[in-house]
Amino acid sequence: MPDSDSLPATLRLCVRRTPLRGPEGSRVEVSLRVPSDVACVEEVVDLVVRHCCRGEWTAARRFRFNLRVAVAEALANAIVAGNGEDCSKSVLVHAELLQDQIRVSVTDEGPGFDFTSLREMTEPPDLEDSNGRGLFLIRHLVDDVYFNSQGNSICMTLRRH
Amino acid sequence: MGFALTKAPSGVCRVSVEGQLIVGNRQELKTVIQDAVDKGDRKFLIDFSQTGYIDSSGLGALVSLSKKVRERGGELRLAGLNEDLRSLFELTKLDTLFAIADTPEQALAGF
Repeated sequence: MPDSDSLPATLRLCVRRTPLRGPEGSRVEVSLRVPSDVACVEEVVDLVVRHCCRGEWTAARRFRFNLRVAVAEALANAIVAGNGEDCSKSVLVHAELLQDQIRVSVTDEGPGFDFTSLREMTEPPDLEDSNGRGLFLIRHLVDDVYFNSQGNSICMTLRRH
Repeated sequence: MGFALTKAPSGVCRVSVEGQLIVGNRQELKTVIQDAVDKGDRKFLIDFSQTGYIDSSGLGALVSLSKKVRERGGELRLAGLNEDLRSLFELTKLDTLFAIADTPEQALAGF
């Protein structure tokens, strides 16, 4: 038997639904433990959307598009920049559907980074750089974004409009 | 999902992005285009008519490919972006870097 610590991590999903009083349906919480493998990004994005996009206001095409891109960005940052694609490390994704918002946090096992040093990259010569647009996109696609003090956990909120 | 390249008699190489262009598959697209450049192809059209979403890695791959193609005297055009996809290019001002046509047919005209 191989040592379980040496096995590649697998994607783990936990979904909890709590009925709410009134016509608002239920609160949904989705927790995922994601291996540090960029091949998982699309599946995780699909799982978050499938479980959290319930109710009329989450059906708007642009809302779902922004959610998909923001989660994909945050997860890619966590896997590549945070965990350095180290297969012994995981990324935790926690997504919540509340009455009027979806909140997604993505936490890696890396040392964190300086999230205050954000370049816009919308002018030459930065425009021709192939990296560095991830956080810029997130900040423009979601309503609120903040990091923990260590810089290894991002929390994004998309509100009902 | 792969990136199939088809070459028209006019010499334009067309690649359709079906699904997503993100961190997990951008390298495949880069390889397909780079191989064609190495074989002497110079005109490329990336068709996004069947694309769901693109992340910053996908945008970065397009920037880097466009640069490589231009350095060899060629051109890379984009087409078929829906309103959501186009908004990403506008936000990042990458719409100023690429020739973006509404449809593949419009992009092919005069290429």
